[in-house]
Amino acid sequence: MARTVTQKRKIINTAAAWSVGLLIFFPILWTILTSFKTEAQAIADPPLFLGFDWTLENYAAVMERSNYGRFLWNSIVIAGGSTILGIIIAVPAAWSMAFVPSKRTKDILLWMLSTKMLPAVGVLYPIYLLFIRLGILDTKIGLVIVLMLINLPIIVWMLYTYFKEIPGEILEAARMDGATLKEEVLYVLTPMAIPGIASTLLLNVILAWNEAFWTLNLTAAKAAPLTAFIASYSSPEGLFYAKLSAASTMAIAPILILGWFSQKQLVSGLTFGAVK
Amino acid sequence: MATQHSRSAARLMMAPAVVLLLGWMLVPLTMTLYFSFKKYLPLRGGDLGWVGFDNYVRFVTSSAFWPSVLTTLTIVGGVLAITVILGILLAVLLNQPMWGQGVVRILVIAPFFVMPTVSALVWKNMFMDPNYGLLAYLWEFFGAEPVQWLSQASLTSIIMIVSWQWLPFATLILLTAIQSLDSEQLEAAEMDGAPSTKRFAFITLPHLGRAITVVILIQTIFLLSIFAEIFVTTGGAFGTKTLTYLIFQRVLESQNVGLGSAGGVYAIILANIVAIFLMRIVGKNLDA
Repeated sequence: MARTVTQKRKIINTAAAWSVGLLIFFPILWTILTSFKTEAQAIADPPLFLGFDWTLENYAAVMERSNYGRFLWNSIVIAGGSTILGIIIAVPAAWSMAFVPSKRTKDILLWMLSTKMLPAVGVLYPIYLLFIRLGILDTKIGLVIVLMLINLPIIVWMLYTYFKEIPGEILEAARMDGATLKEEVLYVLTPMAIPGIASTLLLNVILAWNEAFWTLNLTAAKAAPLTAFIASYSSPEGLFYAKLSAASTMAIAPILILGWFSQKQLVSGLTFGAVK
Repeated sequence: MATQHSRSAARLMMAPAVVLLLGWMLVPLTMTLYFSFKKYLPLRGGDLGWVGFDNYVRFVTSSAFWPSVLTTLTIVGGVLAITVILGILLAVLLNQPMWGQGVVRILVIAPFFVMPTVSALVWKNMFMDPNYGLLAYLWEFFGAEPVQWLSQASLTSIIMIVSWQWLPFATLILLTAIQSLDSEQLEAAEMDGAPSTKRFAFITLPHLGRAITVVILIQTIFLLSIFAEIFVTTGGAFGTKTLTYLIFQRVLESQNVGLGSAGGVYAIILANIVAIFLMRIVGKNLDA
């Protein structure tokens, strides 16, 4: 008796959850579907769901017309570069805060977090001006630096949270056995820290890939990543739905897949460990 | 215990991150403060001298200021209400026993990973376009007149787009919190005959309190500065000019840096008020 009730409830739950899930996912699904239609089919009345001739012509057209490859390359360099640079700077800092904490560690961590809350628009012109003076406006290196700086607090925090979970006794044992600081970091800590570093890397690549304030305001033709490439479709060009869809799909596909792998890290990373 | 040697090594290891962030914070902030007290028009004469608090007064008294604050608050409030309420319901639903929970989670979380410019454009053209958008078909199908979403219901449209982007985040955080709830407590309440609505109101909801606060604060920080969604949809027209967008227009479009910088200082103050509350909560968690 009790079993059939649970079974029935499970069926209802499943149906409800799947309906809601599909509804939320629908805009993405619709974009992907539309990208394989012809322009005429994309605006057909009534809308076509699956019964259309699948074509790859939009992808070819987008690749050919707007030099998609260069935008993609800029996105990869900017997101990857800023994340790797950030991790190189953050690992020693997080390591020392986790294993050699002092009275001020907590204050430093909170202060770092507070820099993340500075609204970008408040410092838009100074950064813009500095970029012109330094000759790095519309360059990849300029964006690597800015995105590294805006994500550095999150990187430090995430690494700190992971490092703190590594038991200190292991390090003490290594120290007792005469390991130097270098050996300690290289042979004891690094292997244990790699999963945490990997998650941090993943989440920050996603954040940097999707960042759409600095990437739109500090680039023009040369260093513009995919966020700017898509924004250029806000002109009447956007009325070519199939091509817009193909371009959108190409811009989000890599990061959507990365994101699905890192959904757990998202919680700890973006809430700074406040929700577990 | 840590030796003196390892302490100084630790300080050295922290130095690059601390120095960089300090520079990132202080240099632009000082420049913004400096410009905010100047009449500074890069394309029309450049630095035209000190003007005291003129820019601050002018920014607040301009006819665009209060509407922009109201727009900002409407968007933030609307998105928060939608994402928190739907997020709680979704989290409770996703926490029930079902088949394919992992797949549903993946479907629900997906919008968060879509870059803002893409989601804004897809919604603007493929869903909200009054002629070819999918919502227009839907309205016509039910015999209704299609809505001119981004011109007639512009704020509602922006709130819809942004809510779609942030609902996954709220759901994921709240789901994580629900999963940490002690199921024995719920079972005990069920045995004592508490109906599911009461179990939700007196056990689940209070347990979620902290997670809800975190969701509200983190989203507020991000929502106060949404930019791309407005940039590619309405460009600030039809009453969608937020404080962020107003400052952006003053600084980059009309190149009035002094006035924009004063606005920037207001935005920083606004964000800091929110930030203080968030830091309290996160700080408490560090001790625990």
